[in-house]
Amino acid sequence: MSVLEIIIALPLLAALAVWLGAPARAASLGATFVNLALVLYATVQYAAKPAGLAFTNARVVLENPAISFAVGADGVSLILALLTSLVMLAAVWQIEDRPNIFYISSLLIGGGAMGAFLTTDVFFIYAFHELALIPTFLMIALHGRADPAVRKAVAWKATIYLGAGSLVLLAGLVWVVLEFSGGSKLTFDLEALRNQAQLTPLPVAKQAQIFFVLLLGFGTLVSLFPFHSWAAPAYATAPTPVAMLHSGVLKKFGLYGLIRIALPLLPQGAQVEWVQNALLLMLLGNILVMGLVTIHANRLDDTLANSSVMHMGYIFLGLAAGTEIALKGAVLLMFAHGVSIALLFGLCGRMRNQLGTLEYNKLGGLATHAPAFTVLFAFGAFASIGLPGLANFAGEVMVFAGSFTEFKAGELSNLHWTVILALWGVVMSAVYMLRAYRNIFHGSASTGLFMIDPAFSQRLPFILLAATLLVTGCCPWLLLNLMKSAL
Amino acid sequence: MSVFTIEAGLALLGLVLLLVEAFKPDIARRTLGLTAIAGTALALVMLLVVRHDTASLPSFMQPWHQLDTLALFYKGFALVITLLVLWLTLECAPYLTRFTVDGKLAEMFSLPLIVCSGMMWMASARDLVTVFVALELVTVSFYVLVAFARKSAFSLEAGVKYLILGALSTGILVYGIAWIYGATGTMSFDGIAKALANPATSKSTALFGAALILCGLGFKVAAAPFHMWVPDVYQGAPTPVTAFLSVGSKAAGFVVLTRALDAFLATGSVISTEIQAFLLVIGSLTVLLGSLPAMFQTSVKRLLAYSSISHAGYLLLALACRETARFDLSSGGIVAFYLATYLPMTVLGFLGLGLMRANGLGEDIKDFTGLAKRNPTLALFMTVSFASLAGLPLTAGFIGKLFVFLGLADHGYWGALSCAVIAAAAGFYYYFKTILAMYTTEGVETTTLTLSTASKAVAGVLAVIILILGVYPKPLQKMLMPASEAVAVK
Repeated sequence: MSVLEIIIALPLLAALAVWLGAPARAASLGATFVNLALVLYATVQYAAKPAGLAFTNARVVLENPAISFAVGADGVSLILALLTSLVMLAAVWQIEDRPNIFYISSLLIGGGAMGAFLTTDVFFIYAFHELALIPTFLMIALHGRADPAVRKAVAWKATIYLGAGSLVLLAGLVWVVLEFSGGSKLTFDLEALRNQAQLTPLPVAKQAQIFFVLLLGFGTLVSLFPFHSWAAPAYATAPTPVAMLHSGVLKKFGLYGLIRIALPLLPQGAQVEWVQNALLLMLLGNILVMGLVTIHANRLDDTLANSSVMHMGYIFLGLAAGTEIALKGAVLLMFAHGVSIALLFGLCGRMRNQLGTLEYNKLGGLATHAPAFTVLFAFGAFASIGLPGLANFAGEVMVFAGSFTEFKAGELSNLHWTVILALWGVVMSAVYMLRAYRNIFHGSASTGLFMIDPAFSQRLPFILLAATLLVTGCCPWLLLNLMKSAL
Repeated sequence: MSVFTIEAGLALLGLVLLLVEAFKPDIARRTLGLTAIAGTALALVMLLVVRHDTASLPSFMQPWHQLDTLALFYKGFALVITLLVLWLTLECAPYLTRFTVDGKLAEMFSLPLIVCSGMMWMASARDLVTVFVALELVTVSFYVLVAFARKSAFSLEAGVKYLILGALSTGILVYGIAWIYGATGTMSFDGIAKALANPATSKSTALFGAALILCGLGFKVAAAPFHMWVPDVYQGAPTPVTAFLSVGSKAAGFVVLTRALDAFLATGSVISTEIQAFLLVIGSLTVLLGSLPAMFQTSVKRLLAYSSISHAGYLLLALACRETARFDLSSGGIVAFYLATYLPMTVLGFLGLGLMRANGLGEDIKDFTGLAKRNPTLALFMTVSFASLAGLPLTAGFIGKLFVFLGLADHGYWGALSCAVIAAAAGFYYYFKTILAMYTTEGVETTTLTLSTASKAVAGVLAVIILILGVYPKPLQKMLMPASEAVAVK
């Protein structure tokens, strides 16, 4: 029995227990606390271990096609597991006066994400992600914050996009399994597929095709432009814990899949010119188009939702560059973005509950009555802009620097141009985040609306996330050292 | 003692119950029902303990009766579904009796036993005559069962439709059998396979006969374009009968199809290319014509009818994937596996529907609104059932679909695969539409809905089976692929 199996099972069992009638808050908080402790324990253990997968354990589920419930973690998966447990804890913690289904769905989404990050069998990686999508969809449709008709439409839109994306992804994964199984037996074991890919690499043209299918599938799940339009309304409508968990954690699944499955199996696929150009165009869409859209948002939830779509562009840039620094930066940025957006969505949800509106022209001057809240929000907002000292900065710098390699004067490649254009996204981030910050917390409200600081126990989940941003921002090596081998 | 005595005994029990009811009309409904259930359960236990080998059969039976893994599996399958249907009938009895003429349910307990006996017989058939006789035993009993709620116009309409189309398909089937006999000079599947491998066999004659047989069986399993009767009949028939039709009758059709196709597509068969193409086209059509109209249904029962058509399509596509060398399952094995996953999820769906009806609710999607508030347990079980029917990973339904998809992809049948994927996507839509309704809380008057402990237990067991098969399908696969046959394939 591996510790990872406990980490995956714990939230799911807690969800079951709550459904069966266990005290919801105590059970959820207990399970997520223990989970965070276990993930930290595993991370510390892993720091002392050699590179490669650790804590592996496989239980055969089917012999042919070979499918097994195989767990295993390396640096990347542990970083994402850490992100999951942090955000899940904060999301569960900040729930107040809500029906039990809020706890159950948060635990299911978190547990599903955990399973997707910590299993090493393509079948289960896919399955756990789907498991996490269902409560997301149901919660938006049932407890979203708009008219029933509107939120159902939003939920359906997200479901159709994500469902279609998942099916494209399934097609890509089946293709991978058929190509890399080798011999007489189909296998879903990622390690076996990887070994086969190293033994007999596919022709580059075919790698590019498969990579592109996987990119479309995984990309839709990460709201890659132009398959992004489900994301912003879904986050703006979703109940707070769901918005935190999906935008912070579950969305990273697509990127994780690309790093875990697509890049190792199809190492040259991403570098083929037409794939690379397509990816660069799409990620520029994320950064520039969505950046402009975000600037024009005039409600906080719209700003945050669109910014979360926009920031995916940087991570894709890291993947497109494919150098070691850029890839590690991308993973760091996944972690940083997850923590910062979860923090912001959590605070945003609280504001909506207290104030009833998030429109900039109705708000102002909140800093006077809610100083602690303001500071916490500032942590999230400045991290999101990329202020040095907070986690996102380290990731973004690594991505940009890692992408701008092999530079010769007068010969700018498409990748170089993309980096140059993408840098303007940082400016846009600063514009919309500072604008939001000023409108909400400074000046005075035309409507006279104000709120006071939450009780200390309700500040704690946000303090936890803000502290994480600060610690990883100042000591990014804590996470970077976990990624021992080149990605 | 051999397995065939079980099915004979079961038919006998059916007849006895029929006579008892006729001559002793004041016998309690519960007594009849429980006797039938006890008999079926006993048969199930006996199936596990008696001799399974073909040598246990008397020598005169051996030419037309076999006891291979598939036959035994389908026999068990028939017993399980009959058991569940009998129990469901008993559970829905207070509601059902409102629509029967004398307020009785007598034949509802004896006829399923005869159907079961027919299905078990069919699973062992080695020639077309046995198939035909067994199939008619099943179908004729169903004519009565479908129209059983005689005071309901829907049930009558369903009965008439089923009778007319059933009779027509039987005619087509017999006609096909005659042509095949004309082409090959034999009725036995082994003989047909041998004759078809002989290049001297008239290809067009054999093809015509085989196509007619497939069309006739297509009616029985609800393959497009012979599926038109399904929505009306499923909607009109009493819910336990619908469940029986949807699972039992379909499985019976597929075991015959598996046997027939093993003969038609045997190595060297002169008609294999055409039959294979026929299967792919029919299968692709069926998944689409089942799934796409299902998106627009407002009645859950009708929706389940369309979904059952679509599942028949996946099964047909599985049958088209011969020689799946990279699997541990033959195409017949994949079909059996799929049906084994299909049983719990479909029965659970109809069970929920029947229980809701018994509590005075309708069968429309809007009647599902707020079910989670009325009875969270039932809502959860129904969610598991629908999620599995949709093919959500970690449920039994996904594994079945995955086998079909992998088989199609492995053979490079991309056209059929795309149809199957489109149908699966549509499936997600209509099943989740229903799930969403269950958890919606606005505008619901919250009368609670009560379940008996037995219902809860049965539904719970079915839900757990769905989940277990979804994450640990290995034992079932092993059961369908005994060591000797696994070696033979490799």
